Amino acid sequence: MPFRLRRGAFALPAVIAVSALGLAACSSGGDPEPSGSAGGGETTEAMEPVELSFLVDNAETSIGVVEALTAAYTAAHPEVTFAIEQRPGGTEGDNIIKTRLQTGEMTDLFFYNSGSLFQALAPTQTLLPIDDIENAGAIQDTYKSGVTADGVLYGVPAGTAMGGAMLYNIPLYEELGLEVPTTWDEFMANNQVILDESDAAPVIQTFKDTWTSQLFVLGDFANVLAADPEWADKYTANEVKYADGSPAIDGFVHQQEVFDAGYLNKDFASATFADGARMVATGEGAHYPMLTFALAEIQANAPDNVDDVGVFAIPGESGPSPLTTWLAAGIYAPATTENADAVKAFMNWVATPEACDVQTEAVGAQGPYFVDGCTLPDDVPQMVADMLPYFDEGNTGPALEFLSPIKGPALENITVEVGSGIRSAEDGAALYDEDVKKQAQQLGLEGW
Amino acid sequence: MTMTTTTSQTGSASAWPAEPEPTGKRRRAKKRSPYPMWFYLPAAIIYGALFVVPTFASFYFSLTRWTIFDSQFIGLDNFRTFFSEPYLFESLINTIIFATITSGMKVVLGLLIAVFLSSQIIARGYLRSVVFFPVLVSAVGIGVTFSVLMDPFDGLINKVLAVFGIEGPGWLTDPNLALISVALTDVWRGVGIAVLIYIAGIVAIPQEYFEAAKVDGASATKAFWNITLPLMRPATTTVIILSLIGGLRSFDLIWTMTRGGPGFSSDVLASVVYKQYQAGFYGLSTAGNVVLFVLVAAIIIPLFWFLNRKEVDR
Repeated sequence: MPFRLRRGAFALPAVIAVSALGLAACSSGGDPEPSGSAGGGETTEAMEPVELSFLVDNAETSIGVVEALTAAYTAAHPEVTFAIEQRPGGTEGDNIIKTRLQTGEMTDLFFYNSGSLFQALAPTQTLLPIDDIENAGAIQDTYKSGVTADGVLYGVPAGTAMGGAMLYNIPLYEELGLEVPTTWDEFMANNQVILDESDAAPVIQTFKDTWTSQLFVLGDFANVLAADPEWADKYTANEVKYADGSPAIDGFVHQQEVFDAGYLNKDFASATFADGARMVATGEGAHYPMLTFALAEIQANAPDNVDDVGVFAIPGESGPSPLTTWLAAGIYAPATTENADAVKAFMNWVATPEACDVQTEAVGAQGPYFVDGCTLPDDVPQMVADMLPYFDEGNTGPALEFLSPIKGPALENITVEVGSGIRSAEDGAALYDEDVKKQAQQLGLEGW
Repeated sequence: MTMTTTTSQTGSASAWPAEPEPTGKRRRAKKRSPYPMWFYLPAAIIYGALFVVPTFASFYFSLTRWTIFDSQFIGLDNFRTFFSEPYLFESLINTIIFATITSGMKVVLGLLIAVFLSSQIIARGYLRSVVFFPVLVSAVGIGVTFSVLMDPFDGLINKVLAVFGIEGPGWLTDPNLALISVALTDVWRGVGIAVLIYIAGIVAIPQEYFEAAKVDGASATKAFWNITLPLMRPATTTVIILSLIGGLRSFDLIWTMTRGGPGFSSDVLASVVYKQYQAGFYGLSTAGNVVLFVLVAAIIIPLFWFLNRKEVDR
């Protein structure tokens, strides 16, 4: 088993898919689970020892959060131990989760996205309902909407809210005397100054990791929502399209504009996410549209530059532009788990301020939590400090994937094309509208 | 793999009737087999359960939109989607381009290298193993290695070109070049097999032909065109068929090197099928597999028949 896991860490997709299936096959016969609750343990505090298996993706923050939570829980409840298993992220990971859930081979607990990816798991058929846990009421409603299907709650939040935002290099801004832009035109004016007066690339793009290309579109959604609050519902009902024009298409158009203006780093086609995080931290590039979870990457690989990176909302046509936010990932249990009581007790504990503090201690303050009573320390990294005012002022909007179950799988390929001048913004938006049609049909939505 | 075995069986059957005697004898011998028919049963069960049933089930499921739990019959909608979406259709074209390039280059390069390696040269055995060596390495390893070598800025290939003052292209990042770069890597990986088959073919040519040609005063080039090449037709057929099937079904190298990118510019049928499956579009991905199956069959069966027919006529 460890050999397989190590291979997974290399992120070689084909190998991973195969080895993960191997893992899935092993886990039923390989490590028999002590049947704690099945043996008749009535209460969650049953003294009978139980080991819960836990599947988590191999991102640094996810592992950090899960390891800290499980270790703290075992310290308080010595009879409950955990066996943590890693999986790759991205679509490879989606595939593994879906396959294991549908074949009944899922671990007792798993860590996975909320929102549309959660909806795509067919939660009503595959997941364990947890409406009856004591602390369900402490979870904020915004979050609950991302882990609820047919009115039933399935997950508890792990980690914090994220922003899909523009990371920027603060020393460069100070040196050139620039101000944080609130509209797209101001942003483009800043880019021109950076291009003319410094060696830095105005905008960083990293298309080797294709998923990083989607931020201009996905991170622009709060602007769309500000212009049309009903957009997401109409989108789910097949009444509006990205290709219909502004405001929805703006994300695609902006992405094309930065390419056409020659603002991108010269290795945009072959750079990786790690490169992008490094470039914005060290000032090789000025702006990097990215999820704020890049903070963990910067903390790990450019610790001296953590406070050189600031955050502002991806600018829309008119300011001040709201910040597009992502809900925290969730911890879920499959309906097939044999340790439902122990699993629920653990999930109940995760929804407490105590668990929030455990996470803060393990991975640092990454953003606001979704559990009532959770607080952040006074001393937070610059990126989080820049993000908090948006939350305090309510100047935020959720990303589309938390308002609509529809997210087409080819978006990252399309945004790579638009962002490298292969396809025009209009064509890209129209192609994406075709792509989501398949998703809507697969989900069996009405009106498609 | 099913494809290969079934086509080669039917293919050789249609190739043989030119010599009726031995076939007749063999058929009669089969009828008088001392073994009872149920000896075939274990093989039939395994083949049926693992190949025949899934194959026919996939024909049905390609007409549905399904999950593990249920399926909804939607007729030919999946195929309509497949052929109407520009990038899905593009993948079909890319598949054919990829298969043609790799197959063609393996034939030409394989033959040239084989002729070279079967002449009297120094370190022949060593060179033969060097040429064959890439075949032994895993495709994923090769893919990762070459994507590092082909990096537009830090890659070895462009660094070497820079020494000569040439600014190398983005091998895997230029949409016009990505598919070609992967195809070239595939040729590097697979040419060893072609060489092996050709060397076996060359060695099997009786030396008398060459001696007779020499006595008649034929040059080396003439001997190649008039003796080696025609007598290598069976080897060429094998190489073309094998590399074409391999090229049409190619996935591992493309996925590790470009993942079908940038955008969709190096997507082939197999990578599209995989992506649709990952996205949870099981019906569409099954339909893609059926398209792939039909495409391979539609190209290989007539080609095999054509190439073998020529062989018999000779």
